Amino acid sequence: MSERAIPLHRDAPRLLLLAAIGLLMLMPYIWMVAASMKPLDEIFRASLSLLPKRFHGIENYGKVFSSIPVGRYLWNGLVVCGGILFFQLLFAVPAGYALAKLRFPGRDLVFGAVMLGLLVPPHVPALPLYVAFSQMGLLNTYTALIAPFTISVFAVFLFRQFFRSLPDDLIHAARLDGMGEMTIVWRVVLPNTWPAATAFSIFSVVAHWNDLFWPLIVVSDTSHATPALGVLFFRSAEAGDDFGALMAAAVIMTAPLVIAFLLAQRRFVEGIATTGLKG
Amino acid sequence: MSDMALPAAAGARAPLGEAFAAWMLSAPAILAYFLMLLLPTLATVALAFTDYELGADGLHWIGFENFAELLRDRAFATSLRNTLVYVGLVTPGSILGALALALLIEAGTRGRTFFRAVFFLPVVSLTVAMAAAWQYLLHPTIGPLNAMLHSIGAGQPEWLSSSSTVMLSLSAIGIWENLGFNLVLFLAGLTAIPRELYSAAEVDGARSAWERFRLVTWPMLGPTTLFVLTITMIRAVRVFDTVAVLTQGGPNKASQVLLYTMYEEGFTYFRLGYSAAITLVFLAIVLALMWLQTKVLDKRVHYV
Repeated sequence: MSERAIPLHRDAPRLLLLAAIGLLMLMPYIWMVAASMKPLDEIFRASLSLLPKRFHGIENYGKVFSSIPVGRYLWNGLVVCGGILFFQLLFAVPAGYALAKLRFPGRDLVFGAVMLGLLVPPHVPALPLYVAFSQMGLLNTYTALIAPFTISVFAVFLFRQFFRSLPDDLIHAARLDGMGEMTIVWRVVLPNTWPAATAFSIFSVVAHWNDLFWPLIVVSDTSHATPALGVLFFRSAEAGDDFGALMAAAVIMTAPLVIAFLLAQRRFVEGIATTGLKG
Repeated sequence: MSDMALPAAAGARAPLGEAFAAWMLSAPAILAYFLMLLLPTLATVALAFTDYELGADGLHWIGFENFAELLRDRAFATSLRNTLVYVGLVTPGSILGALALALLIEAGTRGRTFFRAVFFLPVVSLTVAMAAAWQYLLHPTIGPLNAMLHSIGAGQPEWLSSSSTVMLSLSAIGIWENLGFNLVLFLAGLTAIPRELYSAAEVDGARSAWERFRLVTWPMLGPTTLFVLTITMIRAVRVFDTVAVLTQGGPNKASQVLLYTMYEEGFTYFRLGYSAAITLVFLAIVLALMWLQTKVLDKRVHYV
């Protein structure tokens, strides 16, 4: 690209066009933040001014914090995403290693099962899982939120692909050092494929932080609600038409992931673009 | 694998030991796979052929009766049609938009990372919260969009609460959600095109930007485009969040989509058998798209 460095004045139309489209894309964010700082009467006047005449941010955000357990929702989001990621890695990394580097009868069968699993969207097993959790009295628990996602066939597949590219000598050397297979997985193989692990982790956390379908099915009380459910509960219970407070709630629940994204932009984009292909 | 073995370590690497280790390492994943994926999926398939309702006693095998009912069900036909409309609008919208933006970003050196971040933001934002923001933005009386239309004297549609515009509005939100994702894929595809091809095309007389696009960029981007196409369709068929938050399938079923209908039948009316049949229709569509995708990927391998 450097062979045709364009002078700024000739590059300006392109940048202005991009900026205009970018601004259009950011409209929901801009108005969300603006409304979260306006009093209700200003919102209902539907003026096109972004800045509030009377700053009402403290009241709006205060209402969110006083009427819903914001900390609880964010904590639940953290527990659920963390729990899911922990089990996904715990189960998928060793399996991916076995499929990539070990010879055993039935390996093709297991790999075939993984490929088959890739075809099934998570909505398909939802009905029987719901019945099972309901029979076991596990609705409104972290178990119900986490358990269905502990197996990620996609993670098994991804780790297998990455582990295959590791040199066999590395593993031979570890065995000669007297390491067991389990130690090899966590101490030798995984540290050599951090990019894959990071990419998958980001993909997994983004997917489950944003998920609404499954939490909506198994959780109905506030004590186990995730941030996505929290916004929904707040809207239907407190703020039917109080858009100022509703936008404040939306800002609070969106902020953690957006801030993480802005801090590690490149990793997020790579993580989701390389792994999000799962669709 | 073990032909360089030292005698002392040979025992640990005997095939039997290796097989045992492999099964031990895979056991948790296999167990979870059976419990959380395989058995429930098979149970969904079985449920689709029963009249099972949560709370009712027992269940009966009713063969294809659920599917026959689907064919008669007006609401399901609407739901299927709406899903197709959504896919039909979001797919070209988010792909052409993303392609245009990717070309615009690649045309210069400045602002690449910045604009990529701006357009990617919706992908990492909490969909439910952003849906609430859209609800405010599109509100018929107090929403900024209609206020803007009012100020220029244009008509003010009831975006999400009128059956004639609701799918259009949801699709617009869908395009907004998917654009950044496709953009990143296109940017990766564009970076992979060798620069020399452009110089070569220029030597061959491709002077205008359009000629260069037609002769180099578009054919070289072909595999990426086909891939983005199927990925976007698969993502669009799964539309649920925005419908659940913004319209609940309304007004008057005008925005019922496949997964939302499945959710309502199963978890609101507890007609699990019927809901399972809808799930299978959904699965069949996803599988058809994935089949298309493998065809595309095969092509891609031969192509490059």
